[in-house]
Amino acid sequence: MRTLLLLLVFLTGCGEVWNDPYPVADRGKNVLYSVFAERPKHLDPAQSYTSDEAVFTRQVYEPPLQYHYLKRPYELIPLTAAEIPVPRLVEKSGITYSVYDIRIKPGIKYQPHPGFIAENLSLKKQIIEDLQSPYDLPLGTRELTADDYVYQIKRLAHPQLHSPIFGLMAEYIVGLREYAGRLQKAARPGQWLDLREHPLEGVERVDAQTYRITLKGRYPQFVYWLAMPFFAPMPWEADRFFQQAGMLQKNFTLDWWPVGTGPYMLSRNDPNARMVLERNPNFRGEAYPSEGEAGDAQRGLLADAGKTMPFIDRAVYTREKESIPLWNKFLQGYYDLSGIASDSFDQAVRVSVEGEATLSPEMEARGIRLDTSIAPTIFYLGANWLDPVIGGVSGGDSAERARKLRQALAIAVDWEEYLSIFANGRGVPSHSPVAPGIFGYRDGAEGLNPLTHAWKDGKAQRRPIEAAKQLLAEAGYPDGRDAKTGQPLVLYLDSTSRGPGDKAVVDWWRKQFAKLSVQFEPRQTDWNRFQEKLRKGSTQLFIVGWSADYPDPENFMFLLHGAQSRAKTQGENASNYLNPEFDALFERMRNMPSGPERQKIIDRMTDIFRRDAPWIGGFHPKNFALFHSWLGNAKANEMSDNKLKYLRVDAAKREALRREWNQPVLWPSVLLFLLLMLSIVPAVISYKKREQMAARTVS
Amino acid sequence: MPVILVTDVLVWLLAAAATGYAFYCRRHPHLAVPWARVFRSTAAMASVVVLGVYVALGLLDSLHFRPELEKKDGEQKAYSSEVLSVLDLALSHLRGRSEKTYSAPLATRSFAKEQIELPDGRQLRDFPRLRFGGAHLQDEGEWAGDVAKRMLTGIAVAAALLFLIFLVMKIIRKRRPEIPWSAAYAAIAVLALLAGPAAALSSGYHVLGTDKVGQDIFYLALKSVRTSLVIGTLTTLVLLPVGIALGIAAGYFKGWIDDVIQYLYTTLNSIPGVLLIAAAVLMMQVYIDLHPEMFQTAVQRADLRLLFLCIILGLTSWTGLARLLRGEALKLSQLEYIQAAHAFGVRDTRILARHILPNVSHIVIIAMVMDFSGLVLAEAVLSYVGVGVDPSTNSFGTMINAARMEMAREPVVWWALATAFTFMFALVLAANLFADAVRDGFDPRVRM
Amino acid sequence: MFAYIVRRILYAIPILVGVNLITFALFFIVNTPDDMARMQLGAKRVTPEAIEKWKAERGYDLPLVWNASAEGSAKATGTIFFQKSVRLFVFDFGFSEDKRDIAGEIRARMWPSLALALPVFLVGLAVCITFALLMAFFRASYLDFWGVVACVAMMSISTLFYIIGGQYLASKIWHLVPISGYAGGLDAVRFLILPVVIGVVGGIGASSRWYRTLFLEEMGKDYVRTARAKGLTEGVVLFRHVLKNAMIPILTGVVVVIPTLFLGSLLMESFFGIPGLGSYTIDAIQAQDFSVVRSMVFIGSVFYIVGLILTDISYTVVDPRIRLE
Repeated sequence: MRTLLLLLVFLTGCGEVWNDPYPVADRGKNVLYSVFAERPKHLDPAQSYTSDEAVFTRQVYEPPLQYHYLKRPYELIPLTAAEIPVPRLVEKSGITYSVYDIRIKPGIKYQPHPGFIAENLSLKKQIIEDLQSPYDLPLGTRELTADDYVYQIKRLAHPQLHSPIFGLMAEYIVGLREYAGRLQKAARPGQWLDLREHPLEGVERVDAQTYRITLKGRYPQFVYWLAMPFFAPMPWEADRFFQQAGMLQKNFTLDWWPVGTGPYMLSRNDPNARMVLERNPNFRGEAYPSEGEAGDAQRGLLADAGKTMPFIDRAVYTREKESIPLWNKFLQGYYDLSGIASDSFDQAVRVSVEGEATLSPEMEARGIRLDTSIAPTIFYLGANWLDPVIGGVSGGDSAERARKLRQALAIAVDWEEYLSIFANGRGVPSHSPVAPGIFGYRDGAEGLNPLTHAWKDGKAQRRPIEAAKQLLAEAGYPDGRDAKTGQPLVLYLDSTSRGPGDKAVVDWWRKQFAKLSVQFEPRQTDWNRFQEKLRKGSTQLFIVGWSADYPDPENFMFLLHGAQSRAKTQGENASNYLNPEFDALFERMRNMPSGPERQKIIDRMTDIFRRDAPWIGGFHPKNFALFHSWLGNAKANEMSDNKLKYLRVDAAKREALRREWNQPVLWPSVLLFLLLMLSIVPAVISYKKREQMAARTVS
Repeated sequence: MPVILVTDVLVWLLAAAATGYAFYCRRHPHLAVPWARVFRSTAAMASVVVLGVYVALGLLDSLHFRPELEKKDGEQKAYSSEVLSVLDLALSHLRGRSEKTYSAPLATRSFAKEQIELPDGRQLRDFPRLRFGGAHLQDEGEWAGDVAKRMLTGIAVAAALLFLIFLVMKIIRKRRPEIPWSAAYAAIAVLALLAGPAAALSSGYHVLGTDKVGQDIFYLALKSVRTSLVIGTLTTLVLLPVGIALGIAAGYFKGWIDDVIQYLYTTLNSIPGVLLIAAAVLMMQVYIDLHPEMFQTAVQRADLRLLFLCIILGLTSWTGLARLLRGEALKLSQLEYIQAAHAFGVRDTRILARHILPNVSHIVIIAMVMDFSGLVLAEAVLSYVGVGVDPSTNSFGTMINAARMEMAREPVVWWALATAFTFMFALVLAANLFADAVRDGFDPRVRM
Repeated sequence: MFAYIVRRILYAIPILVGVNLITFALFFIVNTPDDMARMQLGAKRVTPEAIEKWKAERGYDLPLVWNASAEGSAKATGTIFFQKSVRLFVFDFGFSEDKRDIAGEIRARMWPSLALALPVFLVGLAVCITFALLMAFFRASYLDFWGVVACVAMMSISTLFYIIGGQYLASKIWHLVPISGYAGGLDAVRFLILPVVIGVVGGIGASSRWYRTLFLEEMGKDYVRTARAKGLTEGVVLFRHVLKNAMIPILTGVVVVIPTLFLGSLLMESFFGIPGLGSYTIDAIQAQDFSVVRSMVFIGSVFYIVGLILTDISYTVVDPRIRLE
């Protein structure tokens, strides 16, 4: 009862909307509200790799290139670079080198940062200890130079940093591997390692605005890496600043406080609750794109063409681990944009007759908009090539049997149904390793996998189960029994266990195998154990996913490259697929410019892949993004994460709608209170009686 | 082919032991008297009926086998990799009939709209008819009549049954007039009146709706009962020997033994419980994962995890009982007759077996029944945190966890959560009431 | 008294060593340092060199408990166990596996945890005692009977239902409070009302019933009868005598909980998105951050032991006849 009173007292003090999770003072401001699920582990550009981190790092760091926000297919355009660098091929003692000269635009300034003031580089310990935020110190800035880019590339080999792309880049950038060895020797514990003193062969400064990267051989995909924060500039002053003794204990590190030239700066870092990006006052300003995809103009996405970005003053990201509160807060208007959890899907989206998703009437009435995009990602059911039953290493007859078995399964496993049950159709079944929207992908009848599907009435239809049964019989397992021994065929599926929802998934898988009368055993383990099994090659069937680094077919096809075998070389080829013909084609395809020639090779690779079926089908997930009506310029984009600068918020409209949607419902509380009060009545009556009785017994 | 799960064996052993104990009690008045006191309580009688139904379900669900696969001539006998129980057989009409996805209780149409192809080739987006729920109805207009008819049938059968039980009851009542048979009868009546219509309806509908992949919620709830019972009983079985042995040893021998045991339980107690359980469960999962050859089927694997969970819960919660028994043994060992036995040179083991153990047995009994409900509730929470039973095991915890997500839907999918709530509430409430009666019957002063 | 406390603190050391050993064993039976490295380095493009580098940097390249290749005492000290455990005893928690200061994190997260746990504890205590007193006052009447029934019913409901139901009604349907989240300062009140109410309501059943038995026991004692015989009204007897004396077992029973309030509630914090120590621990388990798990277990045990000592002291405070020796 007391708590109820408290509740009433406090709540009435909060204004007319009671469930607003944000401070009253922020209402009506030009702020974007969004979420993050996982606390970012690394914000240091040399280490940050996940998309959770990209939400923050991409707004702060500016690598030389970026993806066009509106155009599809995805297109690289310059960000800080003056133009897209074109490699020169140089021949030296029989080895080909590609040389990239990257010229950056002049006049770009860094965000305000204490590292740019010389005094801040030798701070007293006491001062550091008393600091609340590095931005409490006097702040300075300076112009971006080519040296900063060189410095950052050197950092990829830094002995105290773990750059996920070091291994890959060491293959290409001349001298990078040896450089790491040299740094290892030069490093002194507790001391700042000045990378400027250690030259790196393959990366050099040409002049204040130009730097040069030399790669071994050809690597046309390299330009895509230049659009990632790994290649963003890092001022040595910032590195020096954070390396002062005592900084680490205060969490003052580059991993926590990024510094860049981008439109925003991270002004508050509380990864348990809230991250705040603030407009960078030194940002040079960038024009909103004036061209887009067909239809973008009608959708109002070109209204701001040519205007100076960014538009939003501040972006507040709240941590939301559970999907239910996230969805509810989005509906209440407290988040400006949202994905859709599978369970809320029906509420938000209807799928029309043509299979196109539109918003449900309730959502439309609220002015919410929907945008979908297919992620450059693939999830697949892999078959371990090393497995004696289903793999392909054993030669001759048994390899043929195993292939037939895989083909039979590829028909039987109904990914369309999987997507409709577990993802509400948010995905497309894959017919080839390459995801839609990437060069090499073929759409429609052309892109059909003739083994599993047939083209009927203008769409792909899974072939009947009889075809699979036929293949199974040819494989030597008529009706799911080994023709020789009569033993039933048992297949094992390894997956990572994600929790209680898994039971349904397992039941579904059992049904798929039951169609062929094949016995099925799930083996669910935790993530570590699952990875270990993959590394050892001791799985039979397994489900894994891959999300592309850049929009190029090489980044998908290499998942099937024999040299990438997980069990043999700890590469990314989890199914350990090995086909010399495929590998030879891959080697030819990887360094080719995209064109008809390349397409032809990819088609051939795809044919081999389909026949061998090392992956028994899979799907490319489709992302559904919802935007509130007050959010402008929002467009789903799978490649560029530096979206914040394009967005626009109509704060007044948001305020009005939030108020309309969140009127508190009071009567149940009042009723509850009254009921509690009522329950006191019998107590009081009883009390009176007791008191009298006690008095009487005594007298 | 019968499949013998470890927990099955233990459950049946426990059932046998309980029966044996009951006969033992009848012949020993010092035990028969408190039990008689227990059964004189109306709440206890009613809850015994409810618990009895749950136990029967659990026992039926503890007889497992693998159905034989169909075979052609000349083929060997082979068995499915799916493990079923006798309960599954009895409920096969519920188990087999799964829909595509959610459907409300007694619904005839799916909960979610779907693309339907009309006979003329046109497509329409509507709520499709269910594959099984109400599929026998030609016209959905007959729904209300059909449901009412089935309910009445159910009630009629239940009423007939109740009348028979009433006659039997009358005879028993004369023999044992002190026991509140009417309470038991009331409980039976309520259960029968619920079960009758439910059974009658379940042959044609999904009485409590279906879940995300279209499984019958009623079936899931019935299957979850076994897990709760196993956790509630086997855990105590694990905890008892450890708790009794260490507790009594500490209190009786004192000295360094006492020090070591106290050290042991203070150390265990001081580690936050969930952490300890989480770590132990993960550890055991790794063990299971590394030895896949030990298990022929997923059910056996899940069963081992369940057993381990019981053991872990038992090993982390013996400390409370041990401390209680230590105090009691400390008190008892000061008593004159035990001191005298010492003086006469009676061996320690004999003193412990003849004098100490029987004198603390009431505490053990009370601890056992009091712990039950707590463990059932704990299972749900642990499964939520992800360190509970195997995700493929039916349990209230996994049900709640899956249902939690459904609360965000609109219109809300309430039936799964409501079912889990009702089934669990009835079980825990009955267990609590029974435990209270047992405590009052044996020793109202014991605080737990 | 002072000597007693010193002895208890010394006695705590072997317990903490034991706790550390158990945590260490449990963690490293499940995980190898390689697993930890993989977990931290992510799923994409992880090379064996990167793993070795990660382990070397954090000292996980040593043997677990026995270093056979080292000389002399280094055989025992040059191990992961020794290197990682010793510092804990001077409360130097070091850095988490992703290089963040654990002590700072704990200091920051302690307050949200406390802000939730303390009101639940205090309000809960007040509500339960009041409820129990009322039941004791109306003992053997229909009010008492229904009170007990309500208690048993309430304790038969899983906490999960209280949380799910409360969140659904209060936040989603009635728009009374934010669904989840947290803010510092006075603003926290809006976020905490619902979890506190749920926490209190969830605890009423078991506690009230227990307090009621305590009160009834006390009321059966001679001095209460004497007091009644003196002609004191029932209310006075109840408040002045019974409550005062029954507070002894109640208080001593709850004192042990007080220090652990800092650790927060795992369930509540993760449901309501409160950035406290409870959710910190869960996150650390999921991320396999051994440093954090170990520190949290260590703090947990320290608090528990402090609680035990406080309990002993509270005995002497409420009952002067008890002497600690």
